[in-house]
Amino acid sequence: MMTPMSRSKPIKIELVSDPMYLCGARELVSSIAHRVGFGDMECSKIALALDEAMCNIIRHGYNKATDRPIWLTIYPQQPDETTYGGIEIIIEDEAKQVDPSTICGRDLADIKPGGLGVHIMREVMDQVVFEKRNGTGMRLKMSKSAPRPDEAPRIGQRSSGSNPAQARIS
Amino acid sequence: MAAASDNDFVRTESPETGVVILVPTADIDMSRSPILRSAIKSELKPGLDRMIIDLGEVQYMDSSGLATLVEAMRIAKSHAVPLHLVSMTTKVRAIFEIARLDAFFSIKDSRQEALDC
Repeated sequence: MMTPMSRSKPIKIELVSDPMYLCGARELVSSIAHRVGFGDMECSKIALALDEAMCNIIRHGYNKATDRPIWLTIYPQQPDETTYGGIEIIIEDEAKQVDPSTICGRDLADIKPGGLGVHIMREVMDQVVFEKRNGTGMRLKMSKSAPRPDEAPRIGQRSSGSNPAQARIS
Repeated sequence: MAAASDNDFVRTESPETGVVILVPTADIDMSRSPILRSAIKSELKPGLDRMIIDLGEVQYMDSSGLATLVEAMRIAKSHAVPLHLVSMTTKVRAIFEIARLDAFFSIKDSRQEALDC
């Protein structure tokens, strides 16, 4: 995960657990990811990872209740001389707590509806960490490093396709 | 994301007897996948020559959309109805690849390709 010293100021929003608001969260994180240098495909995948995380909260944490809180915090990090920059996403809820070690994706060879969210998150993001909040609820932290500064699109210019493997910022 | 109300989300076309084409017209996420699921179950019946799901207007899909399509494929196989996905965008194709489902489905570049096979 990015150290607090390398983070810029966060964007924080509070949502309710209604699936109709997923699109707004996706658009937000995709826009921020593009701003710090991710290409179109990577922005789409990061939005997907966020979406999957929120769907899991709604479906499994809140049993599809549509009036429960979800807190989304996004730390964008612009590239500079010493870091590649990136994005860190923290999602918190008040759902029932589970042992983080039990959160895993299903066997992909066992094709059936559902069970892909955790796998998708781990495929897309560099780091995915589940933890219990103090008191109630869970916290999910996901982060991904942005392209190198010399590979990032200039302002007003979009890059396309996926980016090469990046060094991790932890 | 296309501006489509839930009522307009899935368009149904029947270009020839025995062929049904479903056209989702916006993102397929947790809020809309039940609508697609309902449309598929309504149209996917034994005796159909084939069903085509045209994803050309879908810019985004999450795993709830994938789950809906996996279920559709299972129903199609149980009814012996060929099911084809067509006109996938690059971004939507990427999620099929992430989920290792790109080989599970019949994916065609166009409706005509699905009609001709």
